[in-house]
Amino acid sequence: MSLFVIYYTFLKVGFFTIGGGLAALPLLQVYLVDGGWVNQKTFIDMIAISQSTPGPIGINMATYAGYQAMGFPGAIMATTGMVTPSLIIIILIARFMRDFNDHPSVKYLLSGLRPAALGMIAAAVWFVLGESIFHFDLFPRGNWLDWKGISMFIVFGALYYRWRLHPFFYIIAGAIAGIFIF
Amino acid sequence: MLPLLRRELVERRDWITDEELVNYYAIGQSTPGIIAINTATFIGFKRAGIIGSCVATFAMVLPSLIIIIIIAAFFSRFQGNPIVSSALCGVRIVVSLILVFTVFSLIRKTVKDWLSIVITSIAFIVIVVFRVSPILVVLSSAVVGLLAGHLRNKTP
Repeated sequence: MSLFVIYYTFLKVGFFTIGGGLAALPLLQVYLVDGGWVNQKTFIDMIAISQSTPGPIGINMATYAGYQAMGFPGAIMATTGMVTPSLIIIILIARFMRDFNDHPSVKYLLSGLRPAALGMIAAAVWFVLGESIFHFDLFPRGNWLDWKGISMFIVFGALYYRWRLHPFFYIIAGAIAGIFIF
Repeated sequence: MLPLLRRELVERRDWITDEELVNYYAIGQSTPGIIAINTATFIGFKRAGIIGSCVATFAMVLPSLIIIIIIAAFFSRFQGNPIVSSALCGVRIVVSLILVFTVFSLIRKTVKDWLSIVITSIAFIVIVVFRVSPILVVLSSAVVGLLAGHLRNKTP
């Protein structure tokens, strides 16, 4: 792993992420987990930390992954890679085409991109569920029904449905519950 | 994030108008990159050109860099601890739960016609089952959206 590989990897993630929040998740899943940087468990821990701290989730994840790979310089390179496409593209648009969103083709492109992004986010969430609760890959592995996990999922699900507090509170509550349950 | 930007940039500093902010945010949503970064870059450019956009972007990622590096450095020391690892089992369940809720709210917002149902389902299946590269999915869905849009426009 070199700093250049880190930069180039997150450059790709930045370029093919469109939107906010979880939009970077599918690409990160592919490059970090399938690419062997981190395992699926660590990936979920990274999501937990990124969601419960300030800052865009995608940037937090990039910083974390870069730090894990090569310490402080890695974190800087990953984050720089992630924002490079934004900088170049937005500067070009701000300079030359202020009416970017008025082009019908942009609207059409997005009408394809938005649902695809959703399907890909759902796929990333599927992989997360397969590690944290059900223990499957594409098909269930032996002993895939983890009753403690499923009960906790249901109880916390009901609480989250009723009281939509910041994820931070639920993640802390989940940590405390985890200490007693597992 | 939009209300926070509005309070700081429109009301307090009077850097941009409400209309400009909404416009920049909308462009940020439809261009590559994370919305927050795109919007910050745009506003920075508007205020002080290329240097302004670099400064705005750097400032936007600085809190993430500081906070996450501190946490990551701290966290790696405790990973082997049995109490921490059972706490993390609980955390992973809660994270999955929040992600599932987010996906459902995205479905309600995004899936509107038959084409979006088809694209969403195909994107999900090709990634979960066939492990197709997300880059390929992004590119082909853009092409499908473009073709479908132009075809619909021609046959009213």
